[in-house]
Amino acid sequence: MSEFESDWRQSLLALLENAAINVRIAGAAIEQWHISAEDWQRFAELAKQQRLRWAAGWAEHLGSDFVVNACFEKQGRYLWLKTTLTADNLELPSQAGLYPAASRSERHSQDMFGVNFAGHPDSRPWTRHKAWNKHQYPLRKDFPLPGEPEKQTPPDIDYNFIKARGSGVYEIPVGPVHAGIIEPGHFRFQAVGETVLHLEERLGYVHKGIEKLAEGRSPEALTKLAGRISGDSTVAHSWAACRAMELAAGLAIPPRAGFIRALLCERERIANHLGDIGAICNDVGFAFAQMQFSRLRELWQRSQAETFGHRLLMDSIVPGGVNTNLSDEHCALMQQEIQALRAELDELLPALDLNSSLEDRLLTTGFLSTQTAELFGCLGYVGRASGQDFDVRRDAPYPPYDHLAFKAAVETQGDVASRLWIRVKEIFAAIKLIEQILQQLPGGDIIAPWRRPPEHSEGLAMIEGWRGEIITYVRFADDNRVSRFYARDPSLLNWPALERIVLNNIVPDFPVCNKSVNGSYSGHDL
Amino acid sequence: MLRLFLKTLKTGVITERQKRPKDSELERLGIVVKRHIDKHFSGSLAIREIDAGSCNGCELEIHALNNPFYDVERFGIHFVASPRHADVLLVTGPVSRHMQTALLRTYEATPNPKWVIAVGDCAACGGEFGVSYACCGAVSNVIPVDVVIPGCPPTPDALLQGLLGLMKKRCNYSAYFYQRE
Ligand code: SF4
Repeated sequence: MSEFESDWRQSLLALLENAAINVRIAGAAIEQWHISAEDWQRFAELAKQQRLRWAAGWAEHLGSDFVVNACFEKQGRYLWLKTTLTADNLELPSQAGLYPAASRSERHSQDMFGVNFAGHPDSRPWTRHKAWNKHQYPLRKDFPLPGEPEKQTPPDIDYNFIKARGSGVYEIPVGPVHAGIIEPGHFRFQAVGETVLHLEERLGYVHKGIEKLAEGRSPEALTKLAGRISGDSTVAHSWAACRAMELAAGLAIPPRAGFIRALLCERERIANHLGDIGAICNDVGFAFAQMQFSRLRELWQRSQAETFGHRLLMDSIVPGGVNTNLSDEHCALMQQEIQALRAELDELLPALDLNSSLEDRLLTTGFLSTQTAELFGCLGYVGRASGQDFDVRRDAPYPPYDHLAFKAAVETQGDVASRLWIRVKEIFAAIKLIEQILQQLPGGDIIAPWRRPPEHSEGLAMIEGWRGEIITYVRFADDNRVSRFYARDPSLLNWPALERIVLNNIVPDFPVCNKSVNGSYSGHDL
Repeated sequence: MLRLFLKTLKTGVITERQKRPKDSELERLGIVVKRHIDKHFSGSLAIREIDAGSCNGCELEIHALNNPFYDVERFGIHFVASPRHADVLLVTGPVSRHMQTALLRTYEATPNPKWVIAVGDCAACGGEFGVSYACCGAVSNVIPVDVVIPGCPPTPDALLQGLLGLMKKRCNYSAYFYQRE
């Protein structure tokens, strides 16, 4: 910890002391700050004064108590805030009024645990539609996994959408089943003529009970499940889950395994960015780019199937390391593949760059200001296209990124064009990282034997997936089984920004705005 | 503009230049599919894809069917925007309970005769998620299923084979399918 980094910590502690807020600090890698429930909101006020970023929030049913957690970050240093509530008084003052980023997370904890966040600006249910009743809480330990569902779950028709009135204002409901091959969610537009006045998202349609399903799983089984939180981020999520479990168990993985994990993760980043660049262009009718980039993505996926045995790299990361090794031959092939990809991009990118009609459609479309991005805690390319200069790999590096050098591209332009070109820059950065990984790849084992974690041990891991920072929490019970698992996909923080991004754009530009953010519905709904 | 033409010319028609044995297999498969489609649908099969709780992995591979390597449209198979235009529903995911009614309504909105293909392990049997307070499990727990394409996710080749399976099944059991109308 450099002096500069510790700065905000000292000032925050001083502020807390002034405000007579008691803090008990524990933990090593990431400090846990325990405060009492009544100080929950005042803490957020002071954290906001220090410009800490709200990064994640989750709750846990522990014995007869409930623990509520929040995670903050500044300058690559994380702070893990905790408070304990007793079952007879499940209430604490909401942080969402100060940190809009916390809003959906608190609503999730309200639906899943029955924690009441007093003063929350929006107390409507969020994750809960009609699959369970208002006074049932699936993540409490006494709620059985099968639940008591009706034979047919009724549609969630009485959700109280915000209305707009006035002459010429009309409403467009879209979804959950959409026109394209995409995930389900509901969008409620208020429009005048072609212009979007207001958009409200209603998600939760693909809630699969992943947090509940995780309970009682072995480390291997949890990794499989985590790899299915969001199919396009299977590497990143399984890495985050494994790292959280390894931290809990105090297990160091072999260096070679770390390098291979990063290689997989950078490959996943490139695959998704290639797909997205084509798809963004396609949404404004530029089919040439869609065909070319989907071609590159297919080639990339085929070589993944050959080298790693799976087109999307599922189940390659396992607790303790990885289950697929790299031969020298594979490394050589990958070098060639990278050269070929570079050459292709060198040909294709000028065609995109010099295309004036593409520029016309993407420039200034779907603008997200730096201030709004900060307010919502936007991550990954969405944040970095709007001035949020943060990348876990660079700012809170985990192995092997502490041995690798790269530049995170940041812009303040904040429009669809910027979110497209940031992806291009991230592809090149990932290519350079893969080159370094191949050069520096250490020898040795690819997996360390699993070590039984101590009773009730917890782990909190941050991984920069292709969408941005993933935060994963794991707690073990006493028998090597998971007792609590939570994964905060970057989509949770990027989705709300889309509601702002589309304002004052024309309704037909919604698809391209949406694609430029490309939030995961499944990762958001869990 | 010149750049685009040059790149297009340079790329060539990759759909036909398939050197890998798998691709030649695919080509053969595609032609068989096309014949069957011709027989029953005047050369066109309209598919409506529904994500009923998938992790999105299956959707990525269904998307791949449209890339220039597979170019599924050349066989007369195309994806439509509305169930009212569809012959086939391609359903993914362990049917989350929050999507159950939407799936049923989409099924009802699809005109007869219609076929349902359950895509992926989740849709086939519940996969990693199974039956719980949040998921109904296999698609067949919610609507009748004609063909199952397993895999997590199934590869584009497997998806094409599954479509072929549907065609075959319909030829053999045409009596059955007219009964269902
Ligand atoms: S089958 Fe696999 S890829 Fe498809 S939705 Fe299920 S978990 Fe995802």
